[in-house]
Amino acid sequence: MYDTPASGKTAVTHEVKIAARKVNVFYGDTHAIKDVDVEIEDKTVTAFIGPSGCGKSTFLRCLNRMNDTIDICRVEGLIALDGEDIYAPSIDPVQLRAKVGMVFQKPNPFPKSIYENVAYGPKIHGMARTRAELDEIVERALRRGAIWDEVKDRLQEPGTGLSGGQQQRLCIARAVATEPEVLLMDEPCSALDPIATAQVEELIDELREQYSVVIVTHSMQQAARVSQKTAFFHLGNLVEFGETGQIFTNPHDPRTESYITGRIG
Amino acid sequence: MTDQTSSGSFDWTAPEFAARLNKRKRSQIALKLAGLAAITIAFGMLFLLVASLISTGRHAFTQTFVQIEVFLDPAHIDSNDPARGNYRQVLTDTMVKLFPDVADDRAELRRLTTILSNGAQFSIRDSVVADPALIGQTVAVRVPVSDPYDQLNKGLIDRETPEANRRLKDDEIANFDLLKELGMVSKPLNRWLITNADSRFPELAGLKGAIIGSFYALMTCFLLAFPIGIGAAIYLEEFAPKSRVSDLIEININNLAAVPSVVFGLLALAVFLGWFGMPRSAPFVGGMTLALMTLPTIIIATRAALKAVPPSIREAALGVGASKHQVVFGHVLPLAMPGILTGTIIGLAQALGETAPLLLIGMNAFITSAPATPFDSSTALPTQIFIWADSPERGFVSRTSAAILVLLTFLIFMNAIAIFLRNKFERKW
Ligand SMILES: Nc1ncnc2c1ncn2[C@@H]1O[C@H](COP(=O)(O)OP(=O)(O)O)[C@@H](O)[C@H]1O
Ligand SMILES: [Mg+2]
Repeated sequence: MYDTPASGKTAVTHEVKIAARKVNVFYGDTHAIKDVDVEIEDKTVTAFIGPSGCGKSTFLRCLNRMNDTIDICRVEGLIALDGEDIYAPSIDPVQLRAKVGMVFQKPNPFPKSIYENVAYGPKIHGMARTRAELDEIVERALRRGAIWDEVKDRLQEPGTGLSGGQQQRLCIARAVATEPEVLLMDEPCSALDPIATAQVEELIDELREQYSVVIVTHSMQQAARVSQKTAFFHLGNLVEFGETGQIFTNPHDPRTESYITGRIG
Repeated sequence: MTDQTSSGSFDWTAPEFAARLNKRKRSQIALKLAGLAAITIAFGMLFLLVASLISTGRHAFTQTFVQIEVFLDPAHIDSNDPARGNYRQVLTDTMVKLFPDVADDRAELRRLTTILSNGAQFSIRDSVVADPALIGQTVAVRVPVSDPYDQLNKGLIDRETPEANRRLKDDEIANFDLLKELGMVSKPLNRWLITNADSRFPELAGLKGAIIGSFYALMTCFLLAFPIGIGAAIYLEEFAPKSRVSDLIEININNLAAVPSVVFGLLALAVFLGWFGMPRSAPFVGGMTLALMTLPTIIIATRAALKAVPPSIREAALGVGASKHQVVFGHVLPLAMPGILTGTIIGLAQALGETAPLLLIGMNAFITSAPATPFDSSTALPTQIFIWADSPERGFVSRTSAAILVLLTFLIFMNAIAIFLRNKFERKW
């Protein structure tokens, strides 16, 4: 069931992509994330699990500064991408978000054509100089999103006309079109049926070869299937972080154990 | 509880439950009937209004004309200066030819010529000025009859009324009947109601000036209120930091929408005309005044439309690295546009019917030509209705109703566009 050995010491380690130190997040007076330290590796799928409301989404959204758009949200501590503080004044959050792509819980294609959906990011970042280059980028992204074969004949049709699972893969294609280094996914399968979920999970496994993927999921089976590292959050704390196999078979913290055995959450 | 026979604690078949059930049913029926009655009353009122407008206004949609042969006598019209010719005499001569026995009685003759509209001489003059070669020829022209004869022809003057109380005496009626017998009288559709400007004579008065004035005023209003309203709404909704100041602005905008329109008229009178010395009665100034009123409507509608765009679309765009302004102008605004347009059209429809502020800046002046530019003096549809409703001539009664119908038609048309837009672009997310 688990594709990594139970013992974390023998696992292959990749270089650290994102390092978080003493991260605290507040919504007004609500303390949503408390002193979280975590290291997210390159070319690895890291899963965030935990009961609902424990701050998984909040922490995920810190990683591409999506929380900046919420007025009352305040982030403290250090989050570094490739060793560079992403909250430093010199960092432009808009550019950061192109480098750290995001896929949301509910598939949210733009009400535009499939082509436009994927081409939008590269266009606003000036990644293509000619139409042919843009076509190429769109095709590459759709192939990486494992949806090219299904939509190649109807690129001009609206993206909102696709099925839920196709929409979500389109959104993944849209996210990878800007050549990000990290891909954040917030419960990407929770609005999908089991078959579409299986397709997206397969895709996530492929994406691991090029990207660092962070996925929030409420399904422990999913975390076990797709991730190599797992972080367990509880009430804003990062309770346990380690190899997925170890978390699921041999959790150190009693809270983790109760959660994965279904006693809390 | 599900098994009442065994538990016995709750008997659903007891008579008091049946009574309660009946009571509930009765109150439901009563509520339904009350609603039905309310709707019936509302529609009844509306029907009454429209029916009374149509029953009086329909007379203004036709106009009585007489077909006469006019000899353009060179003795009265100088071909070097056709504009100054004595066209009244030309028309009198024409009437003399029709009624030879009154030729010597000047007073009779004068009464006879009042069959023709006072404006007839001017329309003949205009065609002669346009083509002086007509002088010396006999031309067939169709001229409107004056208001009393128009009323007579439409059956609005009762022939049974004692002569002393009647606007037209027996001999005048006889004269007109003669013309009718000769087949010279016709009653075509009154397109002049739309193509003529205002006039002292109801048979010549039309809405052209008012329609063009209203059009200019609405255009001005739209060109000012639409961009400013959208700009303000976007700033308030998307960019303004939430603070006490923005709360204050918000409250004030909502209050502004509730300010009586006459207040905007007074403001315009003091500021636009008083301080800036803008022209009186100009549709441009009227439009600026209406823009003051329409602005809060557009701001509120735009903010509602922006708010209705689901956050998932903003997140999607932000997620691929769009900046705030790219999100707003590339995604949110286009999706909000149908809602914004709907709100704007409804705001403009309101402005179209607005009377008080236009009265205050003098758009109820008597002006007999349509404005060539938005800076010329003019009336607007509602103020024209106001003027006509105030005019004593009988012919203006039906024209007032007709003008109201024209205004209502424009309003219905604009609201239909708004509804069409809303239905066509309505989205299910
Ligand atoms: N926009 C927000 N404003 C205020 N509080 C929020 C907001 N988003 C999340 N929270 C609070 O932060 C906490 C963590 O929420 P979230 O990160 O969404 O949890 P999860 O994704 O693990 O279910 C919750 O208590 C939630 O109420
Ligand atoms: Mg969440």
